[in-house]
Amino acid sequence: MAFVALSEAEKVYIVHGVQEDLRMDGRGCEDYRCVEVETDVVSNTSGSARVKLGHTDILVGVKAEMGTPKLEKPNEGYLEFFVDCSANAAPEFEGRGGDDLGTEIANTLYRIFNNKSSVDLKSLCINPREHCWILYVDVLLLECGGNLFDAISIAVKAALFNTRIPRVRVLEDEEGLKDIELSDDPYDCIQLSVENVPCIVTLCKIGYRHVVDATLQEEACSLASLLVSVTSKGVVTCMRKAGKGSLDPESIFEMMETSKRVGKVLHTSLQSVLHKEESLGPKRQKVGFLG
Amino acid sequence: MAMEMRLPVARKPLSESLGRETKKHLVVPGDTITTDTGFMRGHGTYMGEEKLIASVAGSVERVNKLVCVKALKTRYHGEVGDIVVGRITERRRSAKDELAMRGFLQEGDLISAEVQAVFSDGAVSLHTRSLKYGKLGQGVLVQVSPSLVKRQKTHFHDLPCGASVILGNNGFIWIYPTPEHKEEDAGGFTANLEPVSLADREVISRLRNCIISLATQRMLLYDTSILYCYEASLPHQIKDILKPEIMEEIVMETRQRLLEQEG
Repeated sequence: MAFVALSEAEKVYIVHGVQEDLRMDGRGCEDYRCVEVETDVVSNTSGSARVKLGHTDILVGVKAEMGTPKLEKPNEGYLEFFVDCSANAAPEFEGRGGDDLGTEIANTLYRIFNNKSSVDLKSLCINPREHCWILYVDVLLLECGGNLFDAISIAVKAALFNTRIPRVRVLEDEEGLKDIELSDDPYDCIQLSVENVPCIVTLCKIGYRHVVDATLQEEACSLASLLVSVTSKGVVTCMRKAGKGSLDPESIFEMMETSKRVGKVLHTSLQSVLHKEESLGPKRQKVGFLG
Repeated sequence: MAMEMRLPVARKPLSESLGRETKKHLVVPGDTITTDTGFMRGHGTYMGEEKLIASVAGSVERVNKLVCVKALKTRYHGEVGDIVVGRITERRRSAKDELAMRGFLQEGDLISAEVQAVFSDGAVSLHTRSLKYGKLGQGVLVQVSPSLVKRQKTHFHDLPCGASVILGNNGFIWIYPTPEHKEEDAGGFTANLEPVSLADREVISRLRNCIISLATQRMLLYDTSILYCYEASLPHQIKDILKPEIMEEIVMETRQRLLEQEG
């Protein structure tokens, strides 16, 4: 993550504040910063989304391409994740500096989507063993202001919600040769169901309590954090501990309960914003990057 | 727990919301300001081909015969006598330095100091030769653009709302709880690590959010503007101040109060 230097006294101030449930910007331990979500910002992708969480700015683009299914799962399509930490986000990401963090985030995304119910992969299949849809999800980190994983997972969910995959038909002629036909109407697409797509909730342990949505300064005071991937129904799909400090099993249990609670609210807010945006229709005013 | 997600809203140009009739004369580097040669040129301008050309991006200010361009966003330029708040990033690694500074200042510490001299390449040398300067203890640092900090007689303020601020000319603003004993100022080299009371914390967090709102709306920062903004923000919860609509409302009220006070 981006490194911010703090003096001992500043760290003490932050830690004591968290114990009293009053963080530097007046939030409680379970409050998120204001989130701005916008989809369909990149025109040449199948789906895209931009999420701003405080000073963290993430752009996700999804491209649907046709390819061959994996050998062990011939009836399903799959997702490929790639994360690019732009040098704009933090000085240490210059050159190859952001590669480590990028692979870490991509591996986390692979893990949280590595189950049967997150995305309906069978709907991405066109011809078993021959053709399927591969969704390439590209994440671009524009600005780093703390709490990267949460913002990225929100952006990925929003981009998948916005993804439109062209409808194709498989025609079989007399010789048994299969032909794929694309519909003439460019708006004839299938939408993915993102009901079960999980979001990551990062909980950072500061002192005796844990906080949700930590800023860069708060992350510098925390020795251990727990990344929990939660679906909209409150089901935990995967969990990972980060940081060099240790966590008591009781704390882990408490943090998991918090994440389930917080995760459900996160999903309801995101669903309502995405539906509100969709209801504005294609004529809505797009803010984009120059707003 | 609070969670708010919203769709982004395009920013309105500031002059529209202020209802100003006279628009500011904005220039970018290379723009011609005037072809009239009767003017004296000030900061941010240079003479070329009998025209006055801007060298920075900002708004043109005219005072009688002097024309200068006030840059909207600049790096800090040191002047002798400026108060700055700084963070130690690197130290001299010599035995003499270790003996002299051991235990007092570590890397990452914040200090307040005064500019003693400015070198030709822009580097400044600082001194802390007074008890009011020195290592800073518990508090919150806010970083804003240096052009937003107003030049005043004193940059150390004890605000009546219950906290103190140091408005560094370099854009680093330090908010800390007012020390109870008057002899013990923000300086010295031993930091007090006792927990700060909840009431003080609320004041400090509110001030921090107010300063960030003022900086986002490009208002000049000085003790009066910060205080008016604090008072305008009292009806709202601390964490709500950073929401765009509430931020606009509070800063608008502050601006009006400041205009009334001047006029």
